[in-house]
Amino acid sequence: MIAARVWKFGDNVSTDLMLPGPALILTPEEQTRWVFQANRPGWVDEVQPGDCIVGGHRFGMGSSRPGARSLRNLGVGCVLAESIARLFFRNCVNFGLLAIECPGIAGAFEEGQTAEFSTEDWTVRNRQTGQVLLCTPVPAMLLDLMRGGGIYPVLERNGLVAPAQPGHAAGR
Amino acid sequence: MGMTVVEKILARASGHATVAPGDLIVANADTVVLIDPSFYPGIWREILKLDDPRKIVVVFDHRVPAPDRTVAGMHAIGRDFVARFGIDRFFDVGYDQGISHVIVAERGYALPGTVLVCSDSHTGSGGAFNCAARGVGAPDLVYAAATGQTWFELCPTIRYELHGCLRPGVVTKDLFLWLAQTFGDHSDHNIEFGGPALATLGMDARRTLSTMGTELNAEFSVFEPDDVLLNYIRERNPAPFEAQYPDADATYAERRDLDLATIEPLVALPDRIIRNAVPVSQAAGERIHQAFIGSCANGNLDDLAAAARVVAGRRVAPGVRFLVTPGSQAIYRQAVAAGYIGVLVNAGAVVTNATCGACGGGHMGVLGPNETCITASTRNYKGRMGDPSARIYMASPATVAASAIAGTITHAGEFLQQGAVT
Repeated sequence: MIAARVWKFGDNVSTDLMLPGPALILTPEEQTRWVFQANRPGWVDEVQPGDCIVGGHRFGMGSSRPGARSLRNLGVGCVLAESIARLFFRNCVNFGLLAIECPGIAGAFEEGQTAEFSTEDWTVRNRQTGQVLLCTPVPAMLLDLMRGGGIYPVLERNGLVAPAQPGHAAGR
Repeated sequence: MGMTVVEKILARASGHATVAPGDLIVANADTVVLIDPSFYPGIWREILKLDDPRKIVVVFDHRVPAPDRTVAGMHAIGRDFVARFGIDRFFDVGYDQGISHVIVAERGYALPGTVLVCSDSHTGSGGAFNCAARGVGAPDLVYAAATGQTWFELCPTIRYELHGCLRPGVVTKDLFLWLAQTFGDHSDHNIEFGGPALATLGMDARRTLSTMGTELNAEFSVFEPDDVLLNYIRERNPAPFEAQYPDADATYAERRDLDLATIEPLVALPDRIIRNAVPVSQAAGERIHQAFIGSCANGNLDDLAAAARVVAGRRVAPGVRFLVTPGSQAIYRQAVAAGYIGVLVNAGAVVTNATCGACGGGHMGVLGPNETCITASTRNYKGRMGDPSARIYMASPATVAASAIAGTITHAGEFLQQGAVT
């Protein structure tokens, strides 16, 4: 079981909001400063390692840009949402960010409450209200990648890509 | 049990007799397209081995020619990669330049019945060619390049049976907006287009639809093969392929019959596409600062022709920047030969080189604070084309061109009915 402080977001949170076009050419470290600048300025200074995002429908809709990595680099431990855009979900697998669909979650949490979630029985519990919701299980192959830091560690182990270089660290 | 087009393609690509929605499929990737963002410092990881260099296509499209030193450095990394692995299918700044999805179309790389991946969300564009084409993330694109494999969670398919014919002045961009307005979100579903009206739609028109499937949040957006499609590919690529037709007893989440004659020009209001479109007349009069025609969805020859018809003999309104970005240099040349570029430039349009350009807010037409833009491109998200306070309306190239002339959002029919002055 993992316990995490909740940040609430609504429906249709796009990857353009996580990683605006002008930030695409920046380093991963610089990109984190731009997260949700348009819809929630200042949030990047408030979010703490291990916090979780509770999203609405189509969380991460839009492009293939690596917004998932920026969330992970900000310390977000998990994204729990009514539904998650599949391309964003791919990037959660790619970059090792736990992302779980959980119907009903948007109405079950207020910001600042604590979510307790488990990938053993695929439940999320609101610590304050006691409400328990069932999540949609992530297939084992993809869950292993999410937990193992994503795809680059696999490619590195197999000698298919060079290790990450400091300052040029796509995999970090 | 029968299979849909996507199911048949993915069954073949994964070596299974049958596949069904819900399956997690590990499939062979027949074509892997890298773009200039693949080489950005925040994304690129040096690939040490390629599964097969002949499967790779490299296209510089998002920021070309390099607008600054950072991008110039990324392009250099990309050129080194191409040279090191001896990749033949490379599209750099110059004669062969263009947007990756347009290049894939022009060269016939999205072979019917095959799987194509690229780390750009509008890769679904290739579905126009009966290809299971999909945007993936940068790391799993590297994975596909290095191992020749990728994965998909198979979704159920919605079938659109197209009947009738679009009326003059109405294009598939309007049809897309109508689908977004009428049926809304297509998350967790594939789209399959077929039916007798296919014969009335050219490949440009179909590609607008397959490209914009991404904006319906669909997984794959594929077309049933017909002679128009098969001939288009055969004229461009001698490679063998096996087009995939849906089984007669295929299982669909839903079948929807559409009469194309009922569609009218629409415009999406700012910030989102889904259930956010209105008839052009309802947004008419809204003052604009910029009008843009371009992108993988609307930088086609058909689109430039439609714009030229509207603006012929007229001038862009004072205070409006009208930007036109052909999808490829080949389209640019065809539009020059057809006279469209001359008409556009004489009207006051700025015609740029082929690139993603203003669509992604990266360069060549970035919006400032509180500006209003009407665009025939792919996205109208908040902040998409520049400052987050900018408002982005989305419509067909004809509507955008008419609005550029009027200075306010305007139905193109007002200009076309007055007769083109050429």
